[in-house]
Amino acid sequence: MNTLLEVSGVSVSFDGFKAINNLSFAIGSAEMRAIIGPNGAGKTTFMDIVTGKTKPDAGRVTWAEKGQSLLGLSEARIAREGIGRKFQKPTVFEDQSVQDNLLMALKNNRSPFAVLFYRPARAHLARVEELAETIGLQDQLARKSGELSHGQKQWLEIGMLLAQEPQLLLVDEPAAGMTPAEREHTTAILVEAAKTRAVVVVEHDMEFVRRLDCRVTVLHEGSVLAEGSLDHVTKNPDVIDVYLGR
Amino acid sequence: MQKTFVSRNPSVLIFLAALGLFTLFVTIGSEAVGTGLISTSFVKTLGKTLCLCLAALAMDLVWGYCGILSLGHFAFFGLGGYMVGMWLMYERTRDIVTGALAEAPIPPTDQEIVDAIGTQIFGVVGSNEFPLIWSLADSLVLQLMLVVLVPGLLALVFGWLAFRSRVTGVYLSILTQAMTLALALYLFQNDSGLRGNNGLSGLQNIPGLETVPQSVLSVWFLWASALALALGYLLAVFITEGKFGSVIRGIRDDEARVRFLGYPVEAYKLVIFAATACIAGIAGALYYPQAGIINPAEIAPIASIYLAVWVAIGGRGRLYGAVIGAAFVSLVSSWFTGGQAPDLPLGFYTVKWVDWWLVLLGLSFVLVTLFAPKGLGGLVDLWTNRRSPDRHGADLGPGPGALREQEAAE
Repeated sequence: MNTLLEVSGVSVSFDGFKAINNLSFAIGSAEMRAIIGPNGAGKTTFMDIVTGKTKPDAGRVTWAEKGQSLLGLSEARIAREGIGRKFQKPTVFEDQSVQDNLLMALKNNRSPFAVLFYRPARAHLARVEELAETIGLQDQLARKSGELSHGQKQWLEIGMLLAQEPQLLLVDEPAAGMTPAEREHTTAILVEAAKTRAVVVVEHDMEFVRRLDCRVTVLHEGSVLAEGSLDHVTKNPDVIDVYLGR
Repeated sequence: MQKTFVSRNPSVLIFLAALGLFTLFVTIGSEAVGTGLISTSFVKTLGKTLCLCLAALAMDLVWGYCGILSLGHFAFFGLGGYMVGMWLMYERTRDIVTGALAEAPIPPTDQEIVDAIGTQIFGVVGSNEFPLIWSLADSLVLQLMLVVLVPGLLALVFGWLAFRSRVTGVYLSILTQAMTLALALYLFQNDSGLRGNNGLSGLQNIPGLETVPQSVLSVWFLWASALALALGYLLAVFITEGKFGSVIRGIRDDEARVRFLGYPVEAYKLVIFAATACIAGIAGALYYPQAGIINPAEIAPIASIYLAVWVAIGGRGRLYGAVIGAAFVSLVSSWFTGGQAPDLPLGFYTVKWVDWWLVLLGLSFVLVTLFAPKGLGGLVDLWTNRRSPDRHGADLGPGPGALREQEAAE
């Protein structure tokens, strides 16, 4: 298995508090991975580091086979390299239609002048419709995304993520606030996506993680506590101690 | 499937038709045509108002669409005016000076003419030397290029510094206001090279067109202003209707999200900031020949704040809103402050609108912000019945976007 993203020995502290402590993590190019851990374990900070929002104090973050370092690149540049991120709270552009949201996310030249003269080609509109179908919003394309339900917004954001055609998806609590039926659909979308690319899911909900049926990394106090199948890590006494036991 | 530009943006046709009819009506009513329904000075006021509308359009692009509350766009407007004013003043003074020197027994040398122009223009600030910034003033073409280049470059440099450091929100507004104030204070100095607080004057006299009466000139400038506004409107629609518009509205609503989509947010802000500065510069270049005089007080931060007030009252985030706001507020303002508004006797106190207009304006700004955030443009929504989703019931989920009771029950 070739490694897509490798994080090694990364540490970051905020005002003396070590949010991430000598964390190492690697994921292959077509793999699903769940990250679990109690509040404050550093899950979101980990995503911030990979996507360039937070600069680590020490360590390396290397990308793809070329071994390119992601440190020092801007958020936008990292996103263009092929890392997509979904936030915990659904953040879609509520003032704009579902179609506009997806068109904006669609992989394309991102420079201002190219975008200024861009008018959607037939192929792009078709791709948007295809994506909308994947996320179950094919009938909502013309609606303002602010009118969508919470679950639909979550899907739209996942759809925008897929439209970016990233090699790595970082997904923060995709099932939060969803009904059981919506959760199932979300699982299906993510499992499908993980067939062709790497997907990292941060999740609190053990049931959801179980359904993803993938390797699990347990974070605690900014470093990896255990890694393996869900059954494996849930039997780990350390994990039971810090997370599941409480 | 692919619709035409106009059918995608029906407001364009309505706007252009209204602007065309307005221009036609004013032209027919002007003293130039002879009916004399509208005085020349009022034609100038209307022409100036069109320029202010264009500046408001620029402000709406940068603030209403991209979320950058710039308090510097009237400075760019003023700079555009200064650039065209330099040529107007230089050429007109040259005409006068050559006329006067022609009477002399010995024909003047070129140097003598230039010196005499310098004395005429800068005598008022105790100088007769041409500062470096006037070196292009004898060329109309070059000065017209500066109308766009000077505001554009200033915005580019300032914006690059500010956006690169990720200064946003109210801090950016303060920064732009500081820039505006610094520029105004600099221009107030006599040795700034632009005649200090005297400013540039006599701009209504266009060199080479001395024989054309002001009544005709005012109509020409009205046409030019209307044309500039029409082109500016088309450009603004072109910028905002496509994906670029999507991206800048995205930047307004959630800058970080746009960044994580891979868009270089700073570059977009820079493009829109500099482009709107150029538009404001052009508006200023058309405004000041109609006003006749420009001085640094025009550039003071309060003017840029007015610009924001117009856009807010008109309705930001929609182009015609900005135009309506600027036209309505500036015309009402000149009516109130022109002494035409009747006093309001309250028995114990008489409200004189010249003094109280600003209070009224401030009050209406607060009221619009609180109770009608869509401004005057929101009235159009009532008409077209295009409303925002009106949702009822308590939240079921964690966010405001979650299903609500009634919807879930359906």
